[in-house]
Amino acid sequence: MYDIKALYEAASVEEAIALLQAHPQAQIIAGGSDVLVQIREGRRAGVELVSIYGIDAMRGVTCDDDGTIRIGSLTSFSHIAGSPIIREKIAVLGEAVSLVGGPQIRNIGTIGGNTCNGVTSADSASTLMAWDAIVELKGPEGVRRLPIQDFYIKAGVVDLRPAELQTAIIIPRQAWEGYHGHYIKYAMREAMDIANLGCSVNVRLSGDKRVIEDARIAYGVAGPVPMRAPSAEALAKGRPVSAATVKAFAKAVLDDIHPRDSWRGSKVFREHIGVEMAKRALAKSIELAGGALDG
Amino acid sequence: MYTGQRVKRVDARDKVTGRTRYTDDLCDRGAYIARVLHSTIANGRVIAIDTSEAEKVPGVVRVLTCFDLTEKHRFPTAGHPWSTDPAHQDVADRLILTDRVRFWGDDIAAVVAEDEVAAAQALRLIKVEYEEYPFVLDVQQAMEEGAPQLHEEYPNNILKHTQIRNGDYQKAIQEPGLTKVEGWYETPVVQHCHIENFICYAEAEGERIKVVSSTQIPHIVRRVVGQALGIDWGRVRVIKPYVGGGFGNKQDILYEPLCAWLSLRVGGHLVKLDVPREETFVSNRTRHSIRSHIVSWVRPDGTYAARKLEAFSDQGAYASHGHSICAKGAGAFPQLYPCENVEVDAYTVFTNKSVAGAMRGYGIPQAMWAVECHTEDVCAAIGADPLAFRRKNLMPVGYVDGFSKNEMYYDTFNQCLDKAMKAIDYDRKLKEYQNQTGDIRRGIGMAVFWYNTAVWPIALETSSCRMVLNQDGSFQVQVAETEIGQGADTAFAQMAADVVGVPLDKVHVVSCQDTDVTPFGTSAYASRQTYIAGFSIRQTGLMLKQRILEYAHTLTRMPVFNLDIAEGNIVRTTDGRVLMSLSELATEALYSLTDSRHITAEGTYQIKSNAYSLGCTLAEVEVDIPMCRAKLLNIVNCHDAGTLINPALAEAQVHGGMSMGIGFGLMERLIFDEKTGRPLNNNLLDYKLPTILDHPRLVAEFVENPEPTSAFGTKSLGEPPTCSPAPAIRNAIFHATGVALRETPANPYNLYRAFTAAGLIHDERQVAQDV
Amino acid sequence: MAKQYKLVRCTVNGKAREVMVDVRASLTDLLRNDFRLTSVKKGCEVGECGACNVIIDGECFNSCIYLAVWADGKDILTLEGLEGPNGELSDIQQAFIDEAAVQCGFCTPGVIMSAMEILNEGRELSDEEIRIRMSGHLCRCTGYENIFRAVKKTMMKRLEAKKGQ
Repeated sequence: MYDIKALYEAASVEEAIALLQAHPQAQIIAGGSDVLVQIREGRRAGVELVSIYGIDAMRGVTCDDDGTIRIGSLTSFSHIAGSPIIREKIAVLGEAVSLVGGPQIRNIGTIGGNTCNGVTSADSASTLMAWDAIVELKGPEGVRRLPIQDFYIKAGVVDLRPAELQTAIIIPRQAWEGYHGHYIKYAMREAMDIANLGCSVNVRLSGDKRVIEDARIAYGVAGPVPMRAPSAEALAKGRPVSAATVKAFAKAVLDDIHPRDSWRGSKVFREHIGVEMAKRALAKSIELAGGALDG
Repeated sequence: MYTGQRVKRVDARDKVTGRTRYTDDLCDRGAYIARVLHSTIANGRVIAIDTSEAEKVPGVVRVLTCFDLTEKHRFPTAGHPWSTDPAHQDVADRLILTDRVRFWGDDIAAVVAEDEVAAAQALRLIKVEYEEYPFVLDVQQAMEEGAPQLHEEYPNNILKHTQIRNGDYQKAIQEPGLTKVEGWYETPVVQHCHIENFICYAEAEGERIKVVSSTQIPHIVRRVVGQALGIDWGRVRVIKPYVGGGFGNKQDILYEPLCAWLSLRVGGHLVKLDVPREETFVSNRTRHSIRSHIVSWVRPDGTYAARKLEAFSDQGAYASHGHSICAKGAGAFPQLYPCENVEVDAYTVFTNKSVAGAMRGYGIPQAMWAVECHTEDVCAAIGADPLAFRRKNLMPVGYVDGFSKNEMYYDTFNQCLDKAMKAIDYDRKLKEYQNQTGDIRRGIGMAVFWYNTAVWPIALETSSCRMVLNQDGSFQVQVAETEIGQGADTAFAQMAADVVGVPLDKVHVVSCQDTDVTPFGTSAYASRQTYIAGFSIRQTGLMLKQRILEYAHTLTRMPVFNLDIAEGNIVRTTDGRVLMSLSELATEALYSLTDSRHITAEGTYQIKSNAYSLGCTLAEVEVDIPMCRAKLLNIVNCHDAGTLINPALAEAQVHGGMSMGIGFGLMERLIFDEKTGRPLNNNLLDYKLPTILDHPRLVAEFVENPEPTSAFGTKSLGEPPTCSPAPAIRNAIFHATGVALRETPANPYNLYRAFTAAGLIHDERQVAQDV
Repeated sequence: MAKQYKLVRCTVNGKAREVMVDVRASLTDLLRNDFRLTSVKKGCEVGECGACNVIIDGECFNSCIYLAVWADGKDILTLEGLEGPNGELSDIQQAFIDEAAVQCGFCTPGVIMSAMEILNEGRELSDEEIRIRMSGHLCRCTGYENIFRAVKKTMMKRLEAKKGQ
């Protein structure tokens, strides 16, 4: 039994917005795998909740004629992983969300919840960040779309205005076409864990597969919110596909990441692992893109 | 014969249909809910508690604090047999609630409410004022002069210090040509993590108090609840339903006294105390963290001239099982690798941490970590082959321990090593993994373990058994040895069926135990269930059989010595003729108009023996050096547990023990905040219990040398599998990388530190500048 | 403040049920307390151990972190629903007995429900896939070894039976 003061269930996005307006203190509950745990801990005890779990219109993955991929915010991790669109066009996102928690958590956990809680360790977030995803928000004022990088404000805080909810994650064609990527989750066990560090890399190679036309890299837990490593990206762009490039790219992430010391891992430890992950994730991405590393 | 067969568990059907009732399933829904308020400081005193806001919460029945405990009866919590000699009684240092706080999480108040939400709300509204004292978390710092003192009666926080002095160590180390090998080895605090949390409920029954508890030790709980409440022990009734795992945590008195007291304070109303998972890590029991220092003096021929062990066992804040754990490991040290000149100093020391108690292996996993890591270090130092060195120095056939009188009857170690080596393809892999240089390397390692069965001659060892014949020739078996998931009831049924001579389905083992009904016994610990109960089942079974045959004589006029029971029939042994079925006999016995008898048997058997249970682990790992990861590829345990009563269940139990050993070797540790003493990872997300993906295939092998002292040739198996996986994994990592870990687990944090120290990896920023 | 209730209509183990639910209740509370389906166990109450796992509309969920009101309109299956009307065991239950995959039994109900989800797919999963799909459960007794064997054997048996048809 949870310490919930009141529960309001929304059947549509419009109803959810109206309920949030009517109950300004209320918090949104999607799958509940974070919110309910926090209520039990006492952190959110006595809350009013607006449940959006029943809004089926916010579920599913689609691809428009212009190649825009749209993931409804309530789509569960397991449904994202199982989506033929994701498998074909951004396989790495399916792979990343398949590393969230365990199977039951992947059935209840939603991509919207995973990003709206503003947690740096979210397995979906670094990959979305690395694929230039756009967040779609709907509120009393209408619809807003903003790059996911701008959506994150600070640890645990996202740009969600009063009575607003995230309705979809969008990945435009130019963000995915021609890219191949790999995600590495670094955790203490092989399942049911949160990342000590997450690293998502993707590349677009030249036609002859010899030059890195574009490389994108994002981390979870390398800072208070998921983050890109722009120095490393700039370094790799236009460079030949080579072991030396991979090595230089990996070292360059140190100019960007700033993990902290905690009992879950020291700063130097995370930096060490962060470099190694960048190296391996880039090498794997190049391989997936059809490139070959010398020696 | 049913013993030795892979018969199905007697409780399996109920367990796969959801019909098995555990404590919470039995509790009436009208129960009040109790929750405990734990201290948020690690050392100090409660000055005042303001419960006024908490009491206003609708649904709150009572808020009781340490200041409401007017009669203070200090009680011990260890699930040990009681001693009538005060000098040998367990330390009575607990109160139902305390104002003198000794660890973060100590029990200072409790709420009784109509539902769990009200109870949780009330807990958050209780205001506590403390006087804070400095605290100490490190076992050796706690022994220093001027360290914060936990208990006045124990200067320097030393609960107990014991010594072993064999031969003359000082003289022996003067021998010329010796190589000195020295090392420190440390194990962390870990927790049992049975999936059913500790839970109990209590209510008054007339002038008595009834407690239903998820415990391994109902009769001991009865005694301690009596002690804690200051009432006659017979006024306490304890019931143990099915238990969802114990592993030693439930071999301790946890919250049964508090729950009983709360019930009595609310008029005897039913009160349930269901400990949330997070609190089980804090205010139940843990495994002692032990820091060991070993010095060995080795001769050029690879034998030991002298050896020394100092062990510092971190007891946490209260005595619980206390020094027994460290002492058991210390006692193993001179035996496993016999050496004439040995010095052992074992210390058990209080610190301001969660209380350590019994946990699967009872000090031996910690001791084997130290000893078997050290054995590998010795081999490395003198250039010896780890296998040959062990074969040469391990306890030989014929070895007899002077204290327990345990004898090494067979060449068990060599047999187990041979079998495990074959199963893991040791020789080939050892050769293949020499001289690797890459980032990713493989290694193979081994560790042996020493264990014994039961606790004789340290403590009372008796088992009582009752058998009651039914009309259909079936009979109930009651013993005080408890089923807690390990499969004891099934083994008991197999034994009883064989002794009496009936089909297995004619034996009904009474699984739910009730101190009003169950014969007296001290229950599930020390891997003693099958060994100990075996004696009384055999004795009582023979008694029952004798009574049946005596009655058969009155019905058949055949002499008793020409009669036997086979497959549920009375058989004449001279010609094998079936004279009548047992069910005909039993019905006649109960309803006869001329000679009616209720055929039962009951007896107590005193066990004055003990038995070695020995074996080994071989492990193969792949180490990813830059990623600071060790992955277990293969693992084999081989055990000599004597004759197996049920090979299928034996294998299953070894798997579980190996799993716990793998967690101990690679993943698990409970961390305490240096600044506050608060546990940081007291939940199943942050405390890394292995999942199915963290295990390779688990291989369990056996050598079945019948144990001569045992009623069924069998001996302990519950705890032994946990004792050797961690050092075997560590030695495999050593083989792969040349890095000898001092501390378990081999998780990425410890590997990062060790690999950095060994120069295998470098600080990235340093390297970045160098490039 | 007045307690808030909601009428929930759902199917539980094949039976249509209608019940007034306290909106604060988890699905574990509903199943254990209202329907007395005590195979649904509480081991952590935060979705970490899998002891409360049940199947909802064909997918596995930890019922401890699933609001009871969300059960409205859903088809829920617990371990109690696997037994036939005359007490016949399902193949996976029998396999857990045969392979000695049961010890203390506390994680068993949730584990069997995850096995059911896999088996219901009717395809052959690799060993690694089986392990991944069973990784949402913590068990301290078995080392998962015999659990794995029971699931794999049942899967292979079903596939063979299908081939034979």
